[in-house]
Amino acid sequence: MSARPVVAVLVFPGSNDDRDAAWALGAVGAEPELVWHDTSELPEGTGAVVLPGGFSYGDYLRTGAMASLAPAMDAVRRFVADGGPVLGICNGFQILCESRLLPGVLRPNRQLEFVSRDVRVQVENPDTIFTRRCTAGQQLVLPIKHGEGAWYADEGTFVQLAARGQILLRYDEDVNGSLGNVAGVINEGGNVMGLMPHPEHAVDPLLGSADGGLLLAALVDAAAEHVLAPA
Amino acid sequence: MTPMRATVVVRPKEGILDPQGDAVQHSLRKLGFDVSTARVGRVIDLELDAETLDGAHQAVERMCADLLANPLIESFEIQIDGS
Repeated sequence: MSARPVVAVLVFPGSNDDRDAAWALGAVGAEPELVWHDTSELPEGTGAVVLPGGFSYGDYLRTGAMASLAPAMDAVRRFVADGGPVLGICNGFQILCESRLLPGVLRPNRQLEFVSRDVRVQVENPDTIFTRRCTAGQQLVLPIKHGEGAWYADEGTFVQLAARGQILLRYDEDVNGSLGNVAGVINEGGNVMGLMPHPEHAVDPLLGSADGGLLLAALVDAAAEHVLAPA
Repeated sequence: MTPMRATVVVRPKEGILDPQGDAVQHSLRKLGFDVSTARVGRVIDLELDAETLDGAHQAVERMCADLLANPLIESFEIQIDGS
């Protein structure tokens, strides 16, 4: 086994799941490295990037809108263009949508209430670098905690995404008014995923579920592959 | 360059669910007002320097596209006052 792949965890002012993400990534075999938002380069040898949860820039204007303009996001855009795997969790998902790296946008929950509980999500497409440790239709138990998690895209985009297998996770109930109960999507290139549930809070049965480890371990696999991939 | 004021009104696009607006509408009805629809948006007041009104308008339009509004769910209107 080669050395642990470096997974960069971006930290914005107001991020609050960065350390949990780093801990969980370490638990599934990565060498996590926290990266401050005003850094314009990712660490040498970065194999994957995680955008963690939180309330970057106080959720001012729209969730994720300010963070999408941070210098570190320019580095992430270059990393994505180079085929690097990027996972956005909760606020990270919102940032990726505002950066136009993922389709759609996250809007305030329909019930206008913050939701914080475990939910079941179904794996719609196991044939991606992020979900390949899961099986089609597998149910994962993951916690959600968000006030703005209602994913939205126009009807044409939604139908196209579903047809292309870009809807990766769906809630098994309507938790926030998300279109089609979408909980997670992937970009057309197959290397950027965003989801509202928190896999980093579900990597140990003691915490109620270890299902999040399936997604994070797959990301670590992808990080190792990206480091080895010929330039 | 002339100092100018710009006002940007950002609204939820027509047809986009606006739970905040719905909550406001319900509360207004509770107060006895016969309100059938409420939509909640955002007003952004800017002070900027530009050569012409047109130039200011173009700059603010770019601001809207790049940051102030998300075209997937929001529409915007710009008003410029040269002082």
